[in-house]
Amino acid sequence: MGWFLKFLNSSIGKKFMMAVTGSFLLIFLIIHLVGNITLFFGAGAFNTYVSALDTIKPLIRVIEVVLLGAFVLHIFNGLRLWMENKKARGITYKVNGSKENSTIFSRTMAITGSIILIFLVSHLATFFWRFNVHDPMGLATHHQYYDVVVYFFNIWWYSILYVVAMIFLGYHLNHGFQSAFQTFGWNHNRYFPTIKIIGTIYAIIMALGFASMPIYFLLGGGN
Amino acid sequence: MKAKKLNLTLNIWRQKNSKSVGSFAEYKVQVSPDASFLEMLDELNNTLELKGEEAVHFESDCREGICGTCGLVINGHAHGPLPKIATCQLHMRNFKDGETIWVEPFRAKAFPVIKDLMVDRSGFDKILQAGGYVSINTGGVPDGNTIPIQKEVSSLAMDAAACIGCGACVASCKNASAMLFVSAKVSQYALLPQGQPERYRRVERMVKVMDDLGFGSCTNTYACEAECPKGISVTNIARMNRDFMMAKIKSKEVEV
Repeated sequence: MGWFLKFLNSSIGKKFMMAVTGSFLLIFLIIHLVGNITLFFGAGAFNTYVSALDTIKPLIRVIEVVLLGAFVLHIFNGLRLWMENKKARGITYKVNGSKENSTIFSRTMAITGSIILIFLVSHLATFFWRFNVHDPMGLATHHQYYDVVVYFFNIWWYSILYVVAMIFLGYHLNHGFQSAFQTFGWNHNRYFPTIKIIGTIYAIIMALGFASMPIYFLLGGGN
Repeated sequence: MKAKKLNLTLNIWRQKNSKSVGSFAEYKVQVSPDASFLEMLDELNNTLELKGEEAVHFESDCREGICGTCGLVINGHAHGPLPKIATCQLHMRNFKDGETIWVEPFRAKAFPVIKDLMVDRSGFDKILQAGGYVSINTGGVPDGNTIPIQKEVSSLAMDAAACIGCGACVASCKNASAMLFVSAKVSQYALLPQGQPERYRRVERMVKVMDDLGFGSCTNTYACEAECPKGISVTNIARMNRDFMMAKIKSKEVEV
């Protein structure tokens, strides 16, 4: 095991850890978005979807544990990299030309990631907690999951912050997608430009897809 | 006809030694647009020495862009604002009259400042000592073309070998990572038949030394490739990542 821990603590190992957990989260987001599209088909569709997940709860719980692990490793490792990398520079430049040599998406991963982490905590506290643990309004207890969503997305500031967080998620994903391929060593001039484009399309679909839900309810949809 | 001289304001990082705290000093210079950046600094040093002041210390050697000795961060860019040139190939005609230019040393924990704009890049030597060579017995001199190799592959190896080890990648990377340099050195051997016997041992050892020296980790911003005077591609980093992971499975060594 010693060699494996050494690998994970090496510079490339840390990249590898970010890429593996990140790729898993990329796939999770697709499933999450596809499932939540049922929100646009009314209370019946969404409540049936959530109830269906309820019937395979043991499997879902296993996936949730893996998901939690991926999030924790991704966040912990990301913060560690951020701190170590800051230290590796030492004194910063008076004039920084990074705007001309790299994309804003790649330079802001720590900031966008932190914003997404704050969003994630509030997201779990509002939806996950009420669906799975305790709903003070008693809606989720009676399988009225859709009403919980309607309740939160009708709070204007909650929805606006949600949309803002999704824009930052798009930023994060746009860099993360192609970055994972580079880390795994899958960079060839033949296909890498296409991967970058696919990553951008993916990021836009995810950001727009998740942001469309609070916007839909805020504009009076579903009533 | 003589070209009109440029009036420039230079803000140059002055630092007495590696232990002291540095700061910027302002100098007003008049320079011909035909002068190179380093010639401008030479002229500045002449005037400073005539006045009995200490000259600005900076490194240079070949002054034709092939040795990798010079290296300044000029207005936020390693080797200045133009692509694919070393500092010595930068000419003052690329600057406007009245412009203010900020000149800083390469900044990285692993590249401590020796004096003013001179930094200690011996870390790169230590990385090369860890595996940047071929140490297998190859016997006598073979006949030419006895080792078959595809043209495209030998070209890729030569592209990687074009790295002059100047450290601009470390200077430009927001994490002060040396991945582009190390990956170029790993790739130039990994692509050729002679490099195969030690392929995995080499990458493991070189990455280990790179990490121990305190270079940062790569976050794939690709700033290194954009600033590299030799245009070394980040596909080399991808190759090194591949080889490093493969080494963890294939390497003959138990401990690295």
